[in-house]
This record gives sequence, C-alpha cells and structure tokens, in this order.
Amino acid sequence: MTEPRRSNWTRRKFLGVGLGGTASFLGVSLFNRSAPLQQEPPLPTPTHDMGDMPGMTHSGMSGMLVGAVDHERNGFDPMQMLVDWDYGTLTGETTEDGRPIREYNISAGDIEIEIAPGVFFPAWAFNGRVPGPSIRCVEGDRLRINFSNFGSHPHTLHFHGFHPAEMDGVDGEYRGEINPGESFVYEFDADPFGCHLYHCHALPLRRHIHKGMYGAFVIDPLGEQRPPARELMMIMNAFDTNFDAANEIYAVNTVGHEFMRRPIPIKVGELVRIYLINIVEFDLINSFHLHAHFFDYYDTGTTLTPTLRTVDTIMQAQGQRGIIEFRPRYPGRYMFHAHVSEFAELGWMGFFNAVNEADYPAALAEAGLDEQWDVKAMNGSAVRVSEDS
Amino acid sequence: MTTQTTPNNAPTGLSGAAWILALVPFILLGVILTWIVISGGGLTELSGPPVEQVAIERVTLPEPGVIRVEIVNDGPQTVTIPQVFVDDAYFGFDAEPSTTIPRLGRAIYTIYYPWVAEEAHTIVFLSSLGATFETAVAVAVETPQLSTNLFLQFGLVGLYVGIVPVGLGMLWYPFMRRLSRSAMNFILALTVGLLVYLAIGTWLDANEFALGLPAFWQGVPLVIIIAVISLGVLLAVGNIGRKGESTPLGIAYRISLGIGLHNLGEGLAIGAAFASGQGALGTFLILGFTLHNVTEGVGIASPIVRQNPGLRHFALLLLIAGGPAILGTWIGGFAFDPVSATIFLAIGVGAILQVVWEVGKLVARDTEKLGKPLVNWVNLGGFVVGIALMYFTAFMVKF
Repeated sequence: MTEPRRSNWTRRKFLGVGLGGTASFLGVSLFNRSAPLQQEPPLPTPTHDMGDMPGMTHSGMSGMLVGAVDHERNGFDPMQMLVDWDYGTLTGETTEDGRPIREYNISAGDIEIEIAPGVFFPAWAFNGRVPGPSIRCVEGDRLRINFSNFGSHPHTLHFHGFHPAEMDGVDGEYRGEINPGESFVYEFDADPFGCHLYHCHALPLRRHIHKGMYGAFVIDPLGEQRPPARELMMIMNAFDTNFDAANEIYAVNTVGHEFMRRPIPIKVGELVRIYLINIVEFDLINSFHLHAHFFDYYDTGTTLTPTLRTVDTIMQAQGQRGIIEFRPRYPGRYMFHAHVSEFAELGWMGFFNAVNEADYPAALAEAGLDEQWDVKAMNGSAVRVSEDS
Repeated sequence: MTTQTTPNNAPTGLSGAAWILALVPFILLGVILTWIVISGGGLTELSGPPVEQVAIERVTLPEPGVIRVEIVNDGPQTVTIPQVFVDDAYFGFDAEPSTTIPRLGRAIYTIYYPWVAEEAHTIVFLSSLGATFETAVAVAVETPQLSTNLFLQFGLVGLYVGIVPVGLGMLWYPFMRRLSRSAMNFILALTVGLLVYLAIGTWLDANEFALGLPAFWQGVPLVIIIAVISLGVLLAVGNIGRKGESTPLGIAYRISLGIGLHNLGEGLAIGAAFASGQGALGTFLILGFTLHNVTEGVGIASPIVRQNPGLRHFALLLLIAGGPAILGTWIGGFAFDPVSATIFLAIGVGAILQVVWEVGKLVARDTEKLGKPLVNWVNLGGFVVGIALMYFTAFMVKF
C-alpha cells in the first residue's frame, strides 16, 4: 500500500443486528430492577476527522469491536452499572442489639444478553442483569436476602464475608442448592467492611460463575468513612461464547469495549474511587492498568489505609478485588485496561474522559448520561444514603 | 416363442392426459412441502437449537493493513457474523454484501488489520450466537496482483514445468523408433505405469481441493462422479466411427489431454503456493516438476513410434500436454477457484484412466503378436519402472 485508503469511513456501517426475535427473556418479568432504564444514548461524535484511515471507528481506533450494543433490549447499561447500587430496603426493624435490618430481593433466571455488538450469550443472571445487582450496605447491618430461583438449574447465593455455615450457599451443606421454583432467605451480618462479591456456588461451579451469576457486595465502614469521591463499580468479567473453556469476550461490566465508545466522564482534580472485582473464569489472573496516572490500592478494601501506594498497574487473581483511588491531573482521555494485552484487545479496554468543571455537562452528554448519573456517582456510600432517607 | 401382448398393456404413446398423470406426484409433493413449511408438519417438537456452519474459502492479503476473507455459509440456516478477531484482537472490518449470510450465500470480509510480513496470523469469526470459525495465514505475504511482469513470470514457471519437460521427453522419439518390438513393449508398459501414478496423484490432488469445498458441493463423491463420467464420455467418443480400434495418433492425443489436465493441476498448485506466500519453495519446486514431468513426453510419443505423424502433430501434442501448466499457474496465482480446480482435476482423473485403458490394450495386442503372456517380466518391468520414475522424482515436489 503506497498511500492510505480513502472513503472507507463513509462506507462504514454500524451494524445493528436485528435478532430481537431470538432473545428469550424467560422469567425476567419476575425480576425486580432497581434502576430505571436509561434512554439509548446517541453515538458519540468523532472529535476529529479520521476519514483517511481505514477501519477507524468512532473512538479513533480500528482495533476494537464494531458497532454498538442495544442496552435497552439487554435491560441494563454498563455505564449505569458503574453508579447503580442496590441498598435494599431498611425494614424499620432492628436486631436485638439495635442494628438495622436491610432486606434485598434477588432472583435467578435465564436470559439472553448482548455482550458485544451483535453477539448474544445465553446467560444465567441475578435480577435480569449481568453482573447482578451491586449490593451495598453498612458494616454491622443485618442483611436479609430473599432469594428465588426462576432459572432452569439449581442455584445458590454465596457471599464473601463473615457468616454462619448455614448461610454459605454451598452445594450439599445445610439448605444447599435452591432448586428451580424454590426460594430461600439468606440472613447474616455485613462484616467486614470492604469490597467483596457474591456469586452462585452451585455445581459445576465454573459454569455457574462464567454464565453470569455474580455481583458486587460492598460494605461501607461504620465508623471512620472514606473521603467523598466519585465512586464507580467495575466487575472485570468475560464470556466463553463457544464453551471451549476459553473466553471470546472480555469486559468491565459485561459489554466489550463499551467504555471505548462512551468514555467515562470524570473531573480534573476530583477523587475517583473504583470498586474493582475480578470474576473472569479460565484465565488465572487479570489486571488493571491506568494510563498517565498513579493510584493507591486497597486490597479487598478491608483497610482505610492503602495496601499499595503510587502504582499504575495492579493484578487480581480469580475472585480477588480491591479499591482504587486516583485524582485526574490533566484534562484529556486516559485509557484503562487489563495489562494482559489479549484481554484488552478482546474487549477489556476503556477510556476516562477527564474534563474541567465547566466542560462536565458536555462530557456527560457525550457518553449519553444525564445529571442523575453524576449525582449517583458522587453519593455512592450506603452511610450517606441511609442518612438521607 | 413370443408372447402376445394385449392392446391394453401396449404403450400407447404420450397423449395430453398422460402428461397430466405425470404431473400428479409433483402436485402432491408441492402440497406436502407447502404444508410442512406452513404448519411445521407436526414436527415442531423436533426443532433444536440453531446450527451454524460456514466454510472459509479464500484468504488474501491484497495490501498492507488489509486481510480479505471469503466466507460461504454451507450450514442449514442463515448465519450472522458481527465480529472478527485476528490474533486475539477485535478489529474493524467491512462485510460485503452483509454480515448476515443466507444458506449457500457468500460474504467477503475486508479486515483492517496490520498484518506482519512473513509471520503467521489466526483469524476468528464470531457468530451472533457465539460460535467461532477459524482460519489461518501460515506465512503472510502480499497476494500477487495481476501485473504484466508477474503474468510473464508465472507464464515462464508454467513453461518450465509443462512445455520444457514434455518437449524434452518427446525428443526420445527418434531413439524409440530404433527399438525392437520387445523393447517398445517395455516403453509402452512404462507409459502405463506412469499414467497409473498420474491417475492416483491427480485423484488425491482433486480430493485435497474437494475436502475444502463447502459441504453442499459434496466434494469427494463429486470427484468420483466426474471422473467416471469423463472416462465414459472419452471411451464413447473414442468408439465413434470405428470398430473399437483406436488409431495410435488418437491415443497419443488422448494421453496428451489427460496429462494436460494433470499438469493444469500442478500449475494451479504452484500458482496457489506463490499466492499464499510459499514462494520460497518456488525454484526447488520448479526444478522438481521439470524433472518429474520429463517421463510424460515419453508416454505421449510411445504409441506413435511406428507411424510418424509429422512435426505439426508433435507441436500440437506438446501444447495440449504442457500448455495447461502455464494456464494453471496463472489461474492459481491470480484467480484461484477451488470449485473449478476440483472439477478440472476430476476430469483429468477420468481422462488418464481412459488412456491407461487404451495404452494397456496396445501393450496387450503387441505382446500377443510376440506370442508372450500379457504379464511377463518385460511388461511388468516397464510398468514398475514407470511408476518408480514418477514416484522417486516426486520426492522433489512433495512437502
């Protein structure tokens, strides 16, 4: 090739795939959705002309998935999942020693989800979304979780945290697996504070996890609080679409390369806090790398002082998680991705869009978000939410 | 004694009413098919999950930064391929006419991937239901584009592989004319041997292409069917206007035709090897084929030792046998099509089998005139030497 190809840009089609008829939403109507659905965002406009480069997509890169996912049909949006916490309902009752009882409803079901533009995956999901609802509560709360199984297989809820053995959600022990059509109430105290997770522990375990049965479980400390910040929940997950024990799509919050198309709007100088969880199956480790910045890291989030300071890459094994804190220094777009290049190029790669205060509304609009998203992002803590209500 | 047939049982010729009778099964078939399509034919319980299947026909690297892949949907249902990754990285692409490919339909994917010269790449197509279809570029080399220079060079390759060795082999003609009848039988038996080797080789080459074809072509049986039909047609043509006896010149022409089709296949393989980046094999491969094909000239000249047909016929025989190597190299290098390659090679198998039969008869007749049994040490020796010559010279062209 002696000169760059022209005119490809104009021919580039964004491939909307009309497979709505094949999507089966079995039992999904029974799921409770905690977040109102965001309107389908418009495609971001290119910031500069890429017309003379072949294969360019709107983000200015050719090395990524082609097209856009229909979040409305999926019933969830990875961008909303960043800030969308399920605080349950404070029943008004208290334990004998006066601690509040917080009640959650979680149902398991079968659902087909679009994990990359035009690519559908037969998921098992909690509350009709993958990852499941991001449970958030305060240290010491008594949690009561009403679990119903509307799926085609037995499932359980297994929380990472202190709890009695009968609440462990493990096959063959105590109540064990909850069969289709059955329900069970898990009840235990939120302890210790930190960035945890829950997942199905029915057998075979690997299949139940990688089909989508996991979610964030964040316990805010009761005493000294973490400083206010823009809080984002990121679950690093992946999908083995052809069931050959290797993943075809990697992502944060399910949809591959979503944050490449829609950079996450953050403000220069503010504290950004990421609750990061790795639930990828088949691959032993995953990692998080942030461009042009260094951050503090709180492994498992069980401490208020960092376990690692001033790093730009951290590694997480399967089921490992932690909290990342950083302050954007300069305006601009900064990539974040697994430093396992393969995962990044198979979908686990995104952008932050750091802007000054005045430009923030425009940055929100570019990502198809409204002010409400900003409000939620700035008020994630369950302690704050409890105080407000 | 003849049986008296009653008028009722005698064929009465086809009247209008008879034609309507012939249509009855068709009409009923139409009704049943329509019913099954509309109602599911009571088989709705049997409908399973979707089956996705495609055949990846051709991968080319037309320019740096571009990989082009032709896909044929040979499965039972429409397939949608919305994403493509190369070496575990999703990349942008254009699909013509669409990412949704109907059954028996075709799509060309142009992937904008910066491939690396002389290295390997794996291309994976991801379907809407998550199935993956994989193909590989073993050695990345820019696919040759049609240019005068390259056209001439490929022509030259065909010349070395086809015309030169066949011509050289024919130059033994004056020597063969001086041979005794017994020695000549040895040469004819040698021709049978080399033709048997060529029939086997051509059949295997045809199968190699046939296995890569989309399933609906039924490649392997197709090769056998075409070979049998070609053999039949050539035998029938050979019998026109004569009473079973072929003229020696006629046999020589048919040997030329069979060998020509075989050399077309060799040309295709060489051209395709250059096109797919295995050009490094080139010189050695050409050397090997030149040596390998010399014997073919002997085979063509052997039936006509007792009847010199003149220079004009020799030139034509040479062109028919050697020329297709040039044609094959061009097609293989610039416009390779596995379907026509399979068909041509299958015809070649039939054509070669037909001359095996003809030359075999010639050997049988001449041996009979000498008053010897058909399988004697001279004939068997010729046959074995013919096969051995082809077999051992092929060491240089098989990888």
